[in-house]
Formats: sequence, C-alpha cells, structure tokens
Amino acid sequence: MLTPTLTLISQLVIGTADLVAAFLFMFGLKRMSSPATAPSGIRVAGIGMIAAVLASFLYVFSVGPAARPHLLVNLGLAVAALLIGGVGAWFVGRKVAMTAMPQMVAIYNGMGGGAAGSIAAVELFGGHTNGLTQLAVTLLGGLIGAVSLSGSIIAWAKLDGVLKAPWRVPGQQVLNASVIGATLIVAGVIVASTMGLAVLGLTTAQWIWIFFACALIFGVLMTLPIGGADMPVVISIYNAFTGLAVGLEGFVLQNPALMIAGMVVGAAGLLLTVIMAKAMNRSIANVLFTNFGTVAKAKPGAIQGSERPTDAADAAIKMRYAGKVIIIPGYGLAAAHAQQKLFEFVKLLLAAKVSVRFAIHPVAGRMPGQMDVLLAEAGVPYDMIFQLDDINDDFATTDVALVIGANDVVNPAARSDKSSPIFGMPILNADKAAQVYVIKRGQGKGYSGIVNALFYAPNCNMVYGDAQAVLVKMIEAVRGLGAAAA
Amino acid sequence: MHFDITMTGFVALYIFMLAGFAGWVIIGNVPAILHTPLMSGSNFVHGIVVVGGLFALFNAVTPQEQAIGFFAVLLGAGNAAGGYAVTDRMLAMFKTSDAKLAHSHARVHHLKKR
Repeated sequence: MLTPTLTLISQLVIGTADLVAAFLFMFGLKRMSSPATAPSGIRVAGIGMIAAVLASFLYVFSVGPAARPHLLVNLGLAVAALLIGGVGAWFVGRKVAMTAMPQMVAIYNGMGGGAAGSIAAVELFGGHTNGLTQLAVTLLGGLIGAVSLSGSIIAWAKLDGVLKAPWRVPGQQVLNASVIGATLIVAGVIVASTMGLAVLGLTTAQWIWIFFACALIFGVLMTLPIGGADMPVVISIYNAFTGLAVGLEGFVLQNPALMIAGMVVGAAGLLLTVIMAKAMNRSIANVLFTNFGTVAKAKPGAIQGSERPTDAADAAIKMRYAGKVIIIPGYGLAAAHAQQKLFEFVKLLLAAKVSVRFAIHPVAGRMPGQMDVLLAEAGVPYDMIFQLDDINDDFATTDVALVIGANDVVNPAARSDKSSPIFGMPILNADKAAQVYVIKRGQGKGYSGIVNALFYAPNCNMVYGDAQAVLVKMIEAVRGLGAAAA
Repeated sequence: MHFDITMTGFVALYIFMLAGFAGWVIIGNVPAILHTPLMSGSNFVHGIVVVGGLFALFNAVTPQEQAIGFFAVLLGAGNAAGGYAVTDRMLAMFKTSDAKLAHSHARVHHLKKR
C-alpha cells in the first residue's frame, strides 16, 4: 500500500520544503536589518516555517516498520501537540504587555531548548543513534537544550518578579562546577553503557534519566545567582544555547534545515552576548561566574555633598523653556509602565519647539533593545531614538538631560574612578549637560550597590517618585503653563 | 530510505561553519534599535525544532517515546508560534516621524484582519 514511488515523492517534497524554509529564514533575518523592511522579514520567515511544518507530515510515508502500527496514534498526538502548543503560545504572545517582553522571549526560548532536549531523549531512549559521533552529538545537544530549558525558566521567574533576589551561597562556583562535572561523567557512562558495559548495576535508561536531571539542575544553579541588570547577557546566551542545541539535534536527525537555522541563531545569540558584555566592560565568564555586587560595596564616603531633590513641576518648566533636551530611559521606565506618559510629555515639549531626543544605552533594561521597543510602543518615531555612540558627544551642548530610572549607565565613575567596579564601562555622558534631572523611586543605589557620582554633581537635581506619577505631574505643569499664557 | 541526504563528519562541520558565519554577518548588520525584535525573531527561527519533534514523534514506538515526542512537538510549536506573535507585534510598532499616525494605525489594523 505504501509504494516506493510515494515514499520517494514525499521525501523530495520534504527536502524541498526544508530547503525553502532555510532560505526564507536567512532572507527574513536579513530583511530585519532596517525598521522599514523588518515586518516583512518576519512574515517571510513565517511562510518558511509553515511550509516546513506542513511538509513534515509527509514523513508518514517513510516511518520505519516498527512505528507503522502506531502511526495513527502518533499523528493524532502530533496534531494535538501542535494545536495546544501553537495556539496557546500564540494567544499569550498576542496579549502580553510590551513591558513583559523580556520574560516572554525567555520562556519561548526555553521551550525551544526543551524541544531540542526532548528530541535527544527520544533518540537516546529509543537507541536510534548510530555510532559514537551521533551518540556524543545527541548527548551534547541534549545537555545544552536541557540547560537552556531550566535556565530560561529561572530567567523568566526572575524577570517576571516571581523570584525576587539573586540566590547566592558560599562556594557556589564549586557547586556548579561539580554538577556540570557530574553531568559530563554521566554522559560518559551512557556511552559506555550503550556499548554494553553495565555501570553500577543501572540500566542505560536509568542513566539517561540521571543525565537529564543533572543537566536541568545545572541550568537552575547557573541562573539563580545572576542579578537583574545582567539579564541582557543571560537572555542572549540562552538564545545562543537553544540555537546550538537545535543545530546539533538537526545533525542527529540528518536534517540540514535544523542544522542551518540552529547555527544561524547560535551565531546571532553569541554576537548579541558579546555586544552586551562589551557594553558592560565585562567578560562573558565574569557575568556568568562572578557574583557582581558582593565585591562592590567598598569605598563609601569618597563623594562629597548630598543629593538635591527638586519638584517635578519645576523640572518640567525648565525643560519647556530649554532649547535641547536628551532623555535617557532605563529599567525604571519599564517597571513603572511610564512609556506612554513619557511620550505625552515629549509631545508637549515638541509642540513648544524644544528639540527632544532619546539616548539608549546598549544594556538599558532587561534585554537588548528593550527601551527601543517600549518607546516604539508609545509611538516615539525611531528617528528620535539614538544609540550611545551616535549621541554621546552631543551632551556637552545640551541644556537638559533627563534620566528616567537609569543608574549605572550614567555613572561618571565608570570614566574616571579606577577603583569603581564599573570602571571602563561605556556610559552616556549625561553629566556633561548643563542641567541633569534624575527621576528615581527614592534614594538608594543601583543594582550593583555602587554610589552614583552623577547624583551628587552640582548640575544635577533628583526628582523622587514613581516614573509614571512624576511624568503626570510634569505634563500637568507644562499644560498649566499653556493655559496661563492663553 | 530511498532518497537520502547523508551528512557525516566534515560535511556537517562545513554546514555548521557556513551557517554560523552567515548568521554572524547578517545579525551584525542589524541596528541596536532592533535588537529585541531580532532576538525574538531568531528565537522564532529556532522554532524549526518543531519539525525535528514531529519526525521523532512519527517514529515513536513505545509509550515513553510517544510521551516525550509529544512534549517535544508541544514545546517546539509554542516556541515557533509565540516567537512569531511577539516579533510581529513589536515590528509593527516601529515607525518614522514622516509616517502619518492615522496611516500607520490603519496599516496595523489591516494586517490584524488578515
């Protein structure tokens, strides 16, 4: 009933669809290099995905004799899994607030890692791997996928506020190293066990369970100690991990589309990780394995003077009559969901012929580019948004710099103070503006516990309060001015 | 298999190398302003893992393999669909000063209907 011709045709269709998908993914990502063409880029990639998924159903003509009796059940399971997973994630993704984007990206990324790990598990439990190379690659892909799954779940919990503080214990590095060491040893045992050696009286299947358990635990342990402001690096790294895991499992399944897509994403994630780490002047290893902040508490009292608070209305009126204003948003803007109010205020300034621009630090927020997305959501045109290198020289000729919920990225100590833990990190030169206003929830330090010299500078005033509440007061102040004039 | 693409050892490494290089170059050209959509977009791309999950599930024999295969497809489908949904939403928001507000709203609306 299953003729060889049918099998051959179906395999040709699958191969062609996968090839087209791989091309469309690359082409789509390429189109993402400009905001104007980017929306079409993701749609092009989407077409590739649909083609590859639909074509993969033709694989029913090629299943092995052992699986043939189960084919109907498996088909039903496949359709059910696609519908539940796809439709569920689709609706959540459509509804979730823009401020929650980092945790959504983390969780979708973890799902990909989990899928790659599961594929490795099926291959291992079923004994489908041929030879040592395939077995080793399957184990490596399974390890990376499982770490990405559990690590991304912890990252999600941190970003979503379920887990509040980083969890740190003495000797954490030793603990983490022994867990990953144990995982690798178990991987070696599985190889030996597959070749017929019984180790400690456990079966291969039992060792496979232990392997995945160790890998999952390692992902949790690796992510728990990492602080909120290091999240851009962590999200980028897990993106790279999942890509790598998918690519490796693609090799095991002999599917070039998975190999190419996985490796492209792996390279992309690696590049973003490098960019993020560079923007913090730290190595990737330093972010992952050092408990930043615990060493940073030293050296108080080096800064003279005190923080000078000012009224939101006064700051707003000063900006209304300024010529040039640069706004520096940070995580505090996202936490307060204040992006709409901010643009409302900016529109009032623009109407009063004030030149307003936004300056974005690469690691502002909790994931690469988070501030750009929030501003875009509020309706800020992207030609008003500038990156660090493009705007940093302009602060010297700027009347007012308004810092909203950002801290370490504007700390001049990074430029001048060799003893500061953030020394050498590229910062936005907000302190060079004639006047600086800082909107901040209250007195206190950044995540790193570093005193910010900017807050004590003679040209700086603090506006304490929730960013949204402060901006509402600022809007009222400028509006009141207009009414008085009329 | 009658029609077989077999990649072993070095051929696989060549594919990995070229794909990694292509990814590095393509992503290197993306401006920082698009880094979040880029990340969720590449996140979507590795959702192709769902296809691998489908192959594993179709070949499943034991209930254990079926259960894990089901899990793989479930997670892979969530990765792909969720990644697409958030990326598409984010990219629809980026606009220049020139674009009339009303016009861009109409465009987004039109896309949603489709």
